[in-house]
Amino acid sequence: MSAAKPRKRLATVWLAGCSGCHMSFLDLDEWLLELAQHADIVYSPVASDQKRYPPAVDIALVEGGVANSDNLALLKTVRANTKVLVSFGDCAIHANIPGMRNMLQGADPVLRRAYLDLADSSAQLPHAPGLIPELLDQVLPVHELVPVDVYLPGCPPSADRIRTVLEALLQDRRPDLSRAGEIRFG
Amino acid sequence: MSVCTLRIDDQDVAIAAGSTVLQAIRSAAIAVPTLCHLDGLSPVGACRLCLVEVEGSERLLAACVTTVQDGMRIHTNSSRLQEMRRTLIELLFSEGNHICAICVANGQCELQDLAVRVGMDHSRFSYRYPNRCVDLSHPQFGLDHNRCILCTRCVRVCDEVEGAHVWDVGWRGEHCQIISGLAEPWGAVEACTNCGKCIEVCPTGALFHKGEGTDEKHGHPGRLAALVQGRSRQELEP
Ligand code: SF4
Ligand code: SF4
Ligand code: SF4
Ligand code: FES
Repeated sequence: MSAAKPRKRLATVWLAGCSGCHMSFLDLDEWLLELAQHADIVYSPVASDQKRYPPAVDIALVEGGVANSDNLALLKTVRANTKVLVSFGDCAIHANIPGMRNMLQGADPVLRRAYLDLADSSAQLPHAPGLIPELLDQVLPVHELVPVDVYLPGCPPSADRIRTVLEALLQDRRPDLSRAGEIRFG
Repeated sequence: MSVCTLRIDDQDVAIAAGSTVLQAIRSAAIAVPTLCHLDGLSPVGACRLCLVEVEGSERLLAACVTTVQDGMRIHTNSSRLQEMRRTLIELLFSEGNHICAICVANGQCELQDLAVRVGMDHSRFSYRYPNRCVDLSHPQFGLDHNRCILCTRCVRVCDEVEGAHVWDVGWRGEHCQIISGLAEPWGAVEACTNCGKCIEVCPTGALFHKGEGTDEKHGHPGRLAALVQGRSRQELEP
């Protein structure tokens, strides 16, 4: 008799995105109960109190592009401690709406636009090293910084699409979303 | 009328001499993606999505601008072609500024559909984020250059079908863009009849009706063929 499958360690991570992908994750509704039977949610802004990314994570859903130094440091920690990294949603896959600031070509013009040009009063650039993470010059997709194992597009990806991916990964299969046409951006 | 016989993938196809390879492919109900091609407009071979392999030719040929020849042997779906189509779509996405989630054409866009069809779940090319503008000078319509893929359908429909010739292609290389009149604001071009044909045939969210929000543009490229056919039979007044 084969031993019972060990429970998966699942994480969800929120970088530069609107949290809509996480809302869609919560839209899994009652299937979340089933998920909880097969996986421990070891890190997540919506389903765990853990503040530090733990070691030996099996599956991580990473929402959002990489916009600042905190995002970048967390992403590197995630990659180093995760077996299967899922680029979760359009922001993770191509920077999407947060990436529109890339059209201004650099962090400095973006900060000036937001904090000086458009300020009503007390125009001032934010500066608190160590407290406020530094903006990167460009918001980058996850796969341009670390290797990605699975792409899950959509803004946000539907709960059904998330479930298809998780069901496959929980059974150690690679989901084939593109064959099913389940890869639409937007 | 003489007929050409050709072999496309594993089908024998007979078609009138003078037809294009694309017409032969379509007559055999084989699916080859196209973007700049539109029934009712002259072909230009701008997007290269319809590239096919023709035995005996080193080069890949664009099916929409290649005339059939008797005995041609054509392959439409080799792994090399599949890879090339995906690459082309990735390049189109990375070249402009495509944020489908907030686009008027989201859910109704031929480029977005093609990305699904060629299996593009991410782009292997970094996006360029070019600095492009939006022309809202026309009272009814808008043109967002960020989403334009330079297929020239608008140029051709306005010239060939509406006869107004508002549009042209201006500049070169990365600065290449659709221009109205002599690179004037669209609203300043008196030749425009406000017919809306360019909006209908635009495959993307680049041309739209003012007031259309996210997901609200519904292009009707298919209507053009009926209009052109009706006119040629003089069923419809030009
Ligand atoms: S034009 Fe099409 S591909 Fe471009 S942003 Fe709009 S929906 Fe997406
Ligand atoms: S509305 Fe009609 S006339 Fe005006 S630019 Fe478009 S196709 Fe040409
Ligand atoms: S505006 Fe639309 S129809 Fe005209 S070239 Fe651009 S994508 Fe094609
Ligand atoms: S459809 Fe043939 S080149 Fe665009």
